Amino acid sequence: MSSDTLRSDYRLVSDMVRPGTRVLDVGCGDGELLAHLARDKQVDARGIEISRGGVAACVAKGLAVIQGDADTDLADYPDDCFDYVILSQTIQATRNPKTVLEQMLRIGRNAIVSFPNFGHWRIRTHLMFNGRMPVTENLPDSWYDTPNIHFCTIRDFVALADALQARIVRADALDAAGKPVGVKMPWWFWNMMGEQGIFWLARQRDRT
Amino acid sequence: MSQRHHEADDPHSLVLRLGADQPLVLESGASLAPFQIAYQTYGTLNAARTNAILICHALTGDQHVANVHPVTGKAGWWISMVGPGKPIDTERFFVICANVIGGCMGSSGPASTNPETGEAFATGFPVLTISDMVRAQARLVDHLGIETLLAVVGGSMGGMQVLAWASLFPDRVFAAMPIASAAKHSAQNIAFHEVGRQAVMADPDWRRGRYQEEGARPVKGLAVARMAAHITYLSEPALQRKFGRKLQDREAPTFSFDADFQVESYLRHQGISFVERFDANSYLYLTRAMDYFDLAADNGGSLGAAFRNTRTRFCLVSFTSDWLFPTADSRQIVHALNAAGASVSFVEIESDKGHDAFLLEEPNLFATTRGFLNAAATARGVSGEAA
Repeated sequence: MSSDTLRSDYRLVSDMVRPGTRVLDVGCGDGELLAHLARDKQVDARGIEISRGGVAACVAKGLAVIQGDADTDLADYPDDCFDYVILSQTIQATRNPKTVLEQMLRIGRNAIVSFPNFGHWRIRTHLMFNGRMPVTENLPDSWYDTPNIHFCTIRDFVALADALQARIVRADALDAAGKPVGVKMPWWFWNMMGEQGIFWLARQRDRT
Repeated sequence: MSQRHHEADDPHSLVLRLGADQPLVLESGASLAPFQIAYQTYGTLNAARTNAILICHALTGDQHVANVHPVTGKAGWWISMVGPGKPIDTERFFVICANVIGGCMGSSGPASTNPETGEAFATGFPVLTISDMVRAQARLVDHLGIETLLAVVGGSMGGMQVLAWASLFPDRVFAAMPIASAAKHSAQNIAFHEVGRQAVMADPDWRRGRYQEEGARPVKGLAVARMAAHITYLSEPALQRKFGRKLQDREAPTFSFDADFQVESYLRHQGISFVERFDANSYLYLTRAMDYFDLAADNGGSLGAAFRNTRTRFCLVSFTSDWLFPTADSRQIVHALNAAGASVSFVEIESDKGHDAFLLEEPNLFATTRGFLNAAATARGVSGEAA
């Protein structure tokens, strides 16, 4: 697949990854992003995926993927064994997002996290006018059967990054069409207009 | 001479015979020479010699992976996995499987004739380890002119051999696939093996191992050993589904010790058919080799050290209902491989069939195996079809 047909958030994540590096994709699904990174960026691609079907699809693509859980299995990796640890559209489904992010920044020098922004205006208005947990096209599950147990907004995520003393190397917000929301805009605008946030974090102590 | 003896010395297989000048030095310090390795091959080795896959068999398996068994007349033990168009595709790959040393299907073992005495080695055969089996297989791979195997694949004791291959000969293993296996034999598993060995040795017909010379066979002891072991290869749900409390060809219990229940009848059949094809002393030696297996202990206590700097790509598989080699055992290996920075895939397959699942029709196992091996072949530049 060429990068033209790659999902827009994957394309943004891919742009952040330096070629020839070691990458771990946590919650890698069927391996679409990993396969792209392995082919187009020549990275040493590894993955963790909770679903057996996803792992099987990855193995069939020749990817090195382990059936596992972001909440429990990141602890098994040694420090600094990856250049990038990617968590796309998964942090809101983890039991302990803070620990997951800490682990990512321990085992990788960089962490790239994409997540649905619960501060998006559509969600705010849904809650305000309906008084019920928002169900949208991108977040179709009802509150009682959603795997997404830890929603956050873009500003919440910035606060978590600060609490972990992580440095935000780059941040992007994508609108509903997958287009970047104006780069010069302040956080409050992103938090309102971004349907998802994509953050590249690094450890403070690695500042160069 | 019995069929058994004939098969042990002069098998219905290809045989590599290594002379007194090529001894195999064993982990115990003993030395095996001369010795022989019985093996089967399927498919064609390509000109670049890059498409060879070695299959390592389990405790009671043998080299007859995908052909009719010369003793039982039954189909090969992995016929669903190995063959033309199968996950281990013999149209693309050159597949090798050797009887392990210590076995009784033509590789040197306790049932083989000791050339110095003209009698079976019996318990005079040196005690073996998994590494010894692998070093013997490496001689065969040398003989076939193959420097690096595309893959080494095996389940259970075969998986132990895969791990030992990757640890002892990392540069000769491009890809490794240990299925339903472990880096060490657990205390519980050693305990089960000891029950089996004691059953064999308690049989008066075992004759301190010299049954062949004395014209006896410890069939009752070996059958009991097999019955006990067979339970460990299944799962409670599988036994329940297959037999439940159903009675065998009768309407009511007989108030006797006859095989009233179907599960009893089944186990008795398993025991009896096993002794037809297997040597009791081999059973002692091979279970012992598994007991001794502890890859971390062999590497200064660190499993990661067993795979340091490895470039082999690994794929591990476990089954949810396998309580003999549970998923935790596979995960321990995965953790060690991660710590060593190795390329590793791992999948736990949902199955209620217990440890034996790796030998059965498991579409997810087939898909994973096919995908992993084809990806390895592509990475190594093996063309779509054997030359």
